[in-house]
Amino acid sequence: MKVLVTGASGMLGGAVAALLVEAGYSVRTLQRRPSGISGVTDHAGSLTDRMALGSAVATMDAVIHLAAKVSFTGSRAEFDAVNVDGTRNLLEAARRAGVRDIVYVSSPSVAHAGRPMIGSGATTADPGTARGEYARSKASAELLALGMSSSAFRVAAVRPHVVWGPGDTQLVERVIARARVHRLPVIAGGTALIDSTYVDNAASAIVACLRRIDVVQGSAVVVTNGEPRPVGELVAGICRAGGVAPPRWGISGALARTAGSLVERIWTATGAVDEPPMTRFLAEQLSTAHWFDQRETRALLDWEPAVSIDQGLQRLTEYYRP
Amino acid sequence: MVALPGVDPAWSTYLDVPSTAAADNPGTVHSWHYLDNGRQLADAGTAVRGTLLCVHGNPTWSYLWRTLVAQGVTEGWRVVAVDQLDMGFSRRTRTFRRLADRVTDLEDFVAALELEGPVVTVGHDWGGVVSLGFAHRNRFDLAGVVLTNTAIHQDPAVPIPAPLRLALLPGMHRHGTRTTSAFLDVTHALARPKLRRDVHAAFRAPYRTGADRAGIANFVSDIPADPSHPSHAALADIAEGVRTLEVPALMVWGPRDPVFTDTYLEDLTRRLPSADVHRFEDAGHLVQEDADVAGTVFRWLDERLPAGAPGIPADAPSSLPDAVSLESAAARTPPTFLWHQLLERSAGPEQGSIAVAEMGSDGIRRRLSWRELADDVDAVAAGLSRLGLGQGSRVSLLVPPGVDLTVSTYACLRIGAVIVVADAGLGTKGLSRAVKGSVPDAVIGIERALLAARLFGWPARRISVGALPAGTRALLRVESSLEALRTTPPGPLQDPEPDADAAILFTSGSTGPAKGVVYTHRQLSGMRDTVGGTFGLGPGGALVAGFAPFALLGPALGAASVTPDMDVTAPKTLTAQALGAAAQAIDATAVFAAPAALRNIVATRGGLGPSGAEALGLVTMVLSAGAPVPARLLEQVQELLPAATLHTPYGMTEALPVTDIDLEGILRAAADAAHPAGAMPGAGNGVCVGRAVQAASIAVSPLSQGGIPDGAPTTAPGVTGEILVDAPHVKDRYHRLWRTEGASSRTPPWHRTGDVGHFDEAGRLWVEGRLGHLITSPGAVLTPVGVEQALENVDGVRLAAVVGVGPTGTQAVVAVIEADRPNGRVRGRSRKLVLADAALTECARSAARKTGVELAAVLTAPALPVDVRHNAKIDRTKVAEWASAALAGGYRTP
Repeated sequence: MKVLVTGASGMLGGAVAALLVEAGYSVRTLQRRPSGISGVTDHAGSLTDRMALGSAVATMDAVIHLAAKVSFTGSRAEFDAVNVDGTRNLLEAARRAGVRDIVYVSSPSVAHAGRPMIGSGATTADPGTARGEYARSKASAELLALGMSSSAFRVAAVRPHVVWGPGDTQLVERVIARARVHRLPVIAGGTALIDSTYVDNAASAIVACLRRIDVVQGSAVVVTNGEPRPVGELVAGICRAGGVAPPRWGISGALARTAGSLVERIWTATGAVDEPPMTRFLAEQLSTAHWFDQRETRALLDWEPAVSIDQGLQRLTEYYRP
Repeated sequence: MVALPGVDPAWSTYLDVPSTAAADNPGTVHSWHYLDNGRQLADAGTAVRGTLLCVHGNPTWSYLWRTLVAQGVTEGWRVVAVDQLDMGFSRRTRTFRRLADRVTDLEDFVAALELEGPVVTVGHDWGGVVSLGFAHRNRFDLAGVVLTNTAIHQDPAVPIPAPLRLALLPGMHRHGTRTTSAFLDVTHALARPKLRRDVHAAFRAPYRTGADRAGIANFVSDIPADPSHPSHAALADIAEGVRTLEVPALMVWGPRDPVFTDTYLEDLTRRLPSADVHRFEDAGHLVQEDADVAGTVFRWLDERLPAGAPGIPADAPSSLPDAVSLESAAARTPPTFLWHQLLERSAGPEQGSIAVAEMGSDGIRRRLSWRELADDVDAVAAGLSRLGLGQGSRVSLLVPPGVDLTVSTYACLRIGAVIVVADAGLGTKGLSRAVKGSVPDAVIGIERALLAARLFGWPARRISVGALPAGTRALLRVESSLEALRTTPPGPLQDPEPDADAAILFTSGSTGPAKGVVYTHRQLSGMRDTVGGTFGLGPGGALVAGFAPFALLGPALGAASVTPDMDVTAPKTLTAQALGAAAQAIDATAVFAAPAALRNIVATRGGLGPSGAEALGLVTMVLSAGAPVPARLLEQVQELLPAATLHTPYGMTEALPVTDIDLEGILRAAADAAHPAGAMPGAGNGVCVGRAVQAASIAVSPLSQGGIPDGAPTTAPGVTGEILVDAPHVKDRYHRLWRTEGASSRTPPWHRTGDVGHFDEAGRLWVEGRLGHLITSPGAVLTPVGVEQALENVDGVRLAAVVGVGPTGTQAVVAVIEADRPNGRVRGRSRKLVLADAALTECARSAARKTGVELAAVLTAPALPVDVRHNAKIDRTKVAEWASAALAGGYRTP
């Protein structure tokens, strides 16, 4: 079976591609720079390049779509161009090329309106209430992808929640870098209970989704380790694994959200391109409970996470060991 | 009618009804509005079991009954809720309609509706009176009556409730009821919790203008405040008439009602003595808004008027259970009454020896021999009888343990009066609610209790323990005293019925309002026999009664009893020295003491003199109950009482005791639980409480996957379920909690305790927690106690609570830990939960993992909420609320 993986240069995309190779799939990857994964055929190109997409999907049986603009900042148009239009382009090209199955990798933030999510299921994505441009554009893309699903062209969405692991630049690197220079506060006492997903588990769930697409098609599943933890404990664990002291100073959730809004406005006004130290979205993520009911996901995917949080932190420690 | 929350517009119906009421000229026709689910039932093709005819009071309207109308559709009951004339959306008649008119109006309406089949009347407030007037005069189709916060009789000696007196004041009346909407608004404000804005608007909808509110004003004027009132005769006729109603009756009450208090409920239950009663303790006047009245009514209809019962059409082949008598004739043989030994010993050779004594700071303060005790009980009994108290009277005893309480208790029981006993540990408010809710005819109390009776307006006659100065007596409205009662010459006493009520004992109320538990004489005798047989206590024994519930059993067992010098309501005030002195005074063979008392005895052992130590050395049995007692503490107690076996029975107010275990048994159980090879299947994961006491059977009803205890009773080892008990000394019922009683006794012959546990292979019971504290994690249903025990073995942990957070079925398991506090007291807010430090978190996770539980979070609290009485039982419901709030993060759900 031939599978195209987009976004394979990222941590999760790379893990998915490697896992597919290991399982005997024939894997092609699509991204702007070489994936560096052995056993795959790299196909250079971007989601905004229709020509490249057409040749990338040719002869494929399935597509796992991970490529996206993942950032806390950026304009609406930038997010839409990659995350919404890019997804539409890819799926239309795939359908034209006769690809049968699509796994769209989404995010639980597509259904997060800022309120605590406590033992929630996978509710419908809502661009109207999603927080921030990333979540909003991913929500639009998920709706459009699932809307294309039929028995002849099966589309399912997987929403892995807070993916982390060795080589993660989104969460792990940032947490460690900021803690090292004492710029990482504990927000709201760090007691918000959050789910997270060790990268290998997210990858195996995505592959499981492809395997089980006959039952998942047309719907979205949230994937996590099923081990919710207080955010402060998880952050402290990541810091220790990275060899830095966990944060020792705290601010209230309200203050962090206000500061985040302010920083966002300054960054937008000044046209700064680097990642801001705090955004309202990040502050909400770190001070609000979001954990999920995994029973349905596990039954649908016929899947269990193989690496526990403690084991994952152990692997992270080994990765950072000098 | 406009669209209103909770109302299907299809229910709203108008009907022209010819009037035959005296208030109208012949030929008058009125337009009535009512809510009716009849068409919905017909459209669905549902077989109708009967009709609920619902009558609202003042100043509400049929909207009050919307939940009944809705649920009636699924239950197969037609529900017709009328708007009385001049009320709701029915016609404003411009006449003054009195009670007699209103009963006739309802008859006219029913006739015009051509209602057929069985009718159950349902009434609220003054609608209760109107509905009973209808019921009384239309018995042919009457199948039952349901009453909610209403009144049918006003004791002429007692003024009507203050809020109504206010509403009737000249000047106040018109202004308050008609010109302004004050009466409406005050009534709506009685809802607990507050009415939703849209619901409040719905209640006001038909009463926008002064003209709309004429009926409200007239209703208030029609309250017969005294016998000269024009409606008094009609009311009296109904009040007397209902005494002969033979249909099932249900009363659903919100006691937090400033007008229709428990006194009126009491009056109604005396007129309809076989009525089922359920008081929603936290609900008020608008009980329909505050509590699940609809659910209660339909559950009751299912039980009392099941489909197929006489007059009720069957919707299916009759599903009535076979009428099997659950109690064999043998069990009905009369028991020996609680005072049997008192009579025996006062007439026998030991009549001069000590029966009861009270210790003071320097020796015996007061004592009565068996002869004196028997005489005193007889004298007080005669005095109580002369006051008019007797069979079925309720007497609240607010007397500290000691001679006076013993005498009062046995005197009441002898005349067939029901004693009401509530623990001071409930606090003044809780105690007041308990006493008021039991509506005693009399209170026997110490001065402080009588002061509370006066302050809180307990409607009961007051009898003081000691003689009070005339001024105090007048101020507190005290009618008599034990001293005065004793002067009555004793007369012949007739034994009560063995199955008549003897006592109402209140639960500790550590979770929710205290519940009254009713015992009959037979059941109290059963308690005595079980305690005597299980613990080897009997005639000739002598016990130190430092523990209230069992202390009263001394005379019943034929054992001398002494109250040590302590504040018995505060167990931790019992010192080793006071215990030694008490034991010495009567050559005690047994000691009853609360766990907190044991702790203090050990702490004060330095003060024990040689004679006290010698007396304690002769004690052969110590009994401590109410909360688990750690083996370590018992071992320290054993050093002080070397000859005693140390028993810590398990039980509850509804069944005292259920099981028993002694120190040796506790140690053996601990060893079995710790055995690495698991040599004893079922041992561990809970507190071992031993085996069933004499005459009791125990079992568990296994939990389903969702944590529902619906399995068939079993004693198989290792199977977790709700603990069930059957014994001659299990309660008769809960007092005025029809629903609660039905739930607790739904699987005869068992009483369902609400505790969860399992048996081991040796037949010992292990308690794992409360049913309400189950944790439904995705993989399994968990009980808290086993994990908590594991956590409490972790260094630095003083107390641990394990709770579930999140939706049922997918809960996260959270430990909240109270750390050891070497420096004594906590400072700051006790609710502030924080993340435990990394080391403690790791130890706690690892300890929990060994019991098979993965913790999502480990939090610490400065102090965990524990019960007042034992300072040991954790309020896990509260802990779960705290933990949920903390773990939700900075945002709170609105």
